[in-house]
Amino acid sequence: MKVSRKSKRKPKVRPRYSRQALIKWQKAYEEELKLCRGDKKSFTSISGRVIKPLYTPFDLKNFNYFRDLGFPGQYPFTRGIHPTMYRGRLWTMRQFSGFGTAEDTNRRYKYLLSQGQTGLSVAFHLPTLMGIDSDHPMAKGEIGKCGVAVDTLADMEILFDGIPLDKVTTSMTINPPAAILWAMYIAVAEKQGVSPKVISGTIQNDILKEYIAQKTFVFPPKSSMKLVVDTIEYGAKEVPRWNTISISGYHIREAGATASQELAFTLRDGIEYVEWALRRGLKIDDFAPRLSFFFNAHNDFFEEIAKFRAARKIWAEVMRERFGAKKERSWWLRFHTQTSGVSLMAQQPYNNIIRVTIQALAAVLGGTQSLHTNSLDETYALPTEQAVTIALRTQQIIAYESGVINTIDPLGGSYYIERLTQELEKEAKEYIKKIDELGGMVRAIELGFPQKEIAESAYRYQQEIERKEKIIVGVNAFEMEHEPIPILEVDPTVARHQLNRLREIKRTRNNAKVKQTLNDLKKAAQDEVNLMPFILDCVRAYATVGEIMNALKEIYGVYEEPITY
Amino acid sequence: MVKKKEKLAQDSPSLAKSVSRETRLRVLIAKPGLDGHDRGAKIICRALKDAGMEVIYTGLRRTPEEIVNAAIQEDVDLIGLSILSGAHNVLFPQIMKLLKRKGAGDIPVIAGGIIPEKDIPRLKRIGLKEIFLPGTSTQEIIRWIQENIPIKKKVRET
Repeated sequence: MKVSRKSKRKPKVRPRYSRQALIKWQKAYEEELKLCRGDKKSFTSISGRVIKPLYTPFDLKNFNYFRDLGFPGQYPFTRGIHPTMYRGRLWTMRQFSGFGTAEDTNRRYKYLLSQGQTGLSVAFHLPTLMGIDSDHPMAKGEIGKCGVAVDTLADMEILFDGIPLDKVTTSMTINPPAAILWAMYIAVAEKQGVSPKVISGTIQNDILKEYIAQKTFVFPPKSSMKLVVDTIEYGAKEVPRWNTISISGYHIREAGATASQELAFTLRDGIEYVEWALRRGLKIDDFAPRLSFFFNAHNDFFEEIAKFRAARKIWAEVMRERFGAKKERSWWLRFHTQTSGVSLMAQQPYNNIIRVTIQALAAVLGGTQSLHTNSLDETYALPTEQAVTIALRTQQIIAYESGVINTIDPLGGSYYIERLTQELEKEAKEYIKKIDELGGMVRAIELGFPQKEIAESAYRYQQEIERKEKIIVGVNAFEMEHEPIPILEVDPTVARHQLNRLREIKRTRNNAKVKQTLNDLKKAAQDEVNLMPFILDCVRAYATVGEIMNALKEIYGVYEEPITY
Repeated sequence: MVKKKEKLAQDSPSLAKSVSRETRLRVLIAKPGLDGHDRGAKIICRALKDAGMEVIYTGLRRTPEEIVNAAIQEDVDLIGLSILSGAHNVLFPQIMKLLKRKGAGDIPVIAGGIIPEKDIPRLKRIGLKEIFLPGTSTQEIIRWIQENIPIKKKVRET
């Protein structure tokens, strides 16, 4: 192509002139603002970040495209981890789902897969999450309520009945008993004739954020970390396509953290896991490619996009510079995103569809690998089939109708986005340094450091809402009465069914074998060897989640959180 | 600005300095159920404290027995239950029954969390005074308490 002389001759803009133009605009801005002063007193992000009225090249003085951004699929991966991003393959649409018995949830999974969902994500009920069985006194009223009840391998077999585990990938949100549920999944695959070498998916298995935010902990931090490293070690050797951890900022954000706190604490948790795995003697490039992340997509559109971009950049740097990882895959920050649960409102719940859309769009513009969109009714209960369908359709509309997938990192180069990315990077690195100085994340948690920082942010935000400095549509503005919406009710017979099945399994299994595998596990826990093979033996013998956890509690003890607010 | 205020709240346990300890409302914030969602409970604790009340927080995953015993032992004027697990229809009746059985049926009980609206009439029938749903401001809750809950008129040891 010929280049005309005309386009080559660019008009020269003198820096002094441009600075003067900026000052001129600033003056005009302030004068006009006085005249049209509305009710908004300050312009801050949801995290309390002061936002300037305009971003220009003057805000990106130390910006270097090749150093700070580079190209997609190239270090530092700010623009995305793949050279093709969504042009090559869309993100995985993965709706977190589970309720009632394994049969109920199995039906929901088959429905979601038939509607174009591309991966599964298991929500277990609270007793399973806490590692107790359905017949435990504390499980009363909780069976099948917040997720699906799984007590033994028998439940897991029903949960994945007719779902080929060599074809779908499955994410399981499970933490203290993560090794047990993972072992059950491996055992189900074996029964389907599928080798552990080919199954793929994720266990959340991120215990640090439990102490920090979600509070689903059982064992004390150090024993918990030992178990996590066991799964990382076992996975690297035996289940090579499995993500043995999903290092999660989601819950940290939901507990009230700001965007930069979410970013910082999550990445510092990641660093902690790497350090513990290295101390075990693992080689960085053997396990780092299987570390995955999980972030929140909250309301503040641009700040969220910047957060995802900053996360990729910092992690690449941490892996290459701090840990000396050589494989490119070790530098990748691959992440799942869920839209913000806490941003959903009970008032005028249909508005939640719009909130979810904006948040999901931020996740996509931020380059997520997989996405869960919340359903409009989740401030009331688990979603109905209708509500979850709208949530899934939201992703499909973004993917197929909006056109945002046509180009990679479409907001890259925006003065505002790049400036926000820089700010978030800087703030996160300061926090990471602070936690390094405290002696690492386990120590910081023992000191209550991240917990206190988050509680402060949560309280500040609540006050901003109550002072109407932050407007929540339908809550502190534009309120109105509305009809109740239909909500999902878990069949009250679920508890009885589940208790019957558990009783039946305990009666028909080889109880001597159960006892023996549990004893072997206890001995192994005392000997400090990798527990995964022993846990696999227990689940194959149909030992319950509660029995296996109790065996480990005998060795590790349980954690009691100091009460603070 | 906010920081300063919080500092003040820490330095002097009550912002309402003129109110003596004996006449301060004593509230137990309790978390029954297996869920660990304590953002709301903690914000309520802090807001009530800032409003001059004395707040005792149970921490997570308390059984009905533990909650009722704590309420009696601490001689509270009000119990606030926070639950997001969906087990309220089972756990709240147990708590109300236990309070009555232990002769503490006069302690008023309120609740907040993820509670479907259609469950509210049933919960009020068993004696809960009020249910606060997501989106309620802390000021609304404080106002409701101030208007509805009398302080037990007796001198407490400090």
